[in-house]
Amino acid sequence: MLFPRSWFGLFNWIEHTSYGTMIRDSIWQFAAIEAVHLLALAVIGGAVLIVDLRLLGWTLRRQPVKQIARDAEPFLLGSLFMMLLTGYLLMASLAASKYYVNLAFQLKMIFLLLAIVFTFTVRRWLIYKDDTEINPAIAKIVAIVSVLLWSGVGIMGRGIGFY
Amino acid sequence: MSSFLSFLRWLQETPASVGIRESTWTYPVIESVHVLGLCLFLGFALLWDLRLLNVTLRRVPVSDVQARVMPWTNVGFVLMVISGALLFYEEPVRFYGNIFFRLKLVALVLAGLNAAIFHFFTAGKRLIEWDSSPVSPASAKTAGYISLFLWACIVVFGRFIAYNWFDPLVQ
Repeated sequence: MLFPRSWFGLFNWIEHTSYGTMIRDSIWQFAAIEAVHLLALAVIGGAVLIVDLRLLGWTLRRQPVKQIARDAEPFLLGSLFMMLLTGYLLMASLAASKYYVNLAFQLKMIFLLLAIVFTFTVRRWLIYKDDTEINPAIAKIVAIVSVLLWSGVGIMGRGIGFY
Repeated sequence: MSSFLSFLRWLQETPASVGIRESTWTYPVIESVHVLGLCLFLGFALLWDLRLLNVTLRRVPVSDVQARVMPWTNVGFVLMVISGALLFYEEPVRFYGNIFFRLKLVALVLAGLNAAIFHFFTAGKRLIEWDSSPVSPASAKTAGYISLFLWACIVVFGRFIAYNWFDPLVQ
C-alpha cells in the first residue's frame, strides 16, 4: 500500500460523486471512456516518441530537435489533457473500492508524476535548445529516461486490470 | 463455416494456446506489448496521416517523413501483428464469436486497402513533387482522413472486444 490512509476519504468521496456513480452504473460508459483513453494514448505515444527517437538520432536527423519538439508540442499537451480527463473519470467510477487499493494503479500514479515532472522540466529544457548546444550523450540519456518513465505509466496502467 | 469453427476449437487446444491461457504472466505481457506497441505504430501512423493533411511536421519534406518515420511505423506494425496474433491464438473461439473482433478485422482490411491504394496509385513516385508544395493534393488528404477514421474505429473495436455485450455469436 503506497497511498496514505488519510487519502481514503477523498477517494471515497470521488467514487460517490454523481459522475462516478453514473459511470459505474452504466453498461457502456466505462468502455467508451476507455476507448478515448486509448486513442489519446496513441497520440501521446507518437508525440513523445518522435522527439525521443530524434534525440537518440534514430529519425529525422536532418531536422533540428527544436523544430520536431515544436511540431509535437500541441499533440503532447492535447493528448495529455485527454488522458488525464478520461483517466480521472475511469478512476472515479471505482475510486475507493478498486483503484485506491490497487498496487498497479498506485505505481502508475507515481510513474505518471515522475514522467510529467521530467517532461516539463529537464526534457523541455533540453529540446528547445539549438542543436549545437545539445550534448548528444545527455540527449540520449534524457530520451531513454523519458521512454522508460512513460513506459512505466503504460505498463502499470495495463497492470491495473490484472492486479 | 462450421469446419472453420472446428479448426479454431482444435487451435484452442494446442499445447501452446493452453499454455498462454493458463500462465499467469504470458497473457498480460503479450497484451502490454500490444497496447504499448500502439504508441509506436499508431502514434507514428497518425503523424504520417497528419503530415498528409498538412497539420504537423510541415517543414519536414513528405519524402523525408516517409523515409525516416515510416520504418518505425513498420516496426510497430510487425509488433502489433505478432502480439495481436498471439492474443487471438490464446482464445480463438471467443474472438471469432465476438462482434467487435469481426468489425475490427473488417476495418483493418479497409485500412490496408486505403494504404495500398495510396501507396501504389495516389503517391507512387510523386512524393518528391509534394515536398515543395504548401498544400497537400486532395487525394492525399482524402487518404489521410480515411486512415484516421479507420484507425480510430480499429482502436475502439479492439478495446470493446474485452466486453461480452453480444457474446456469444457462436458457442
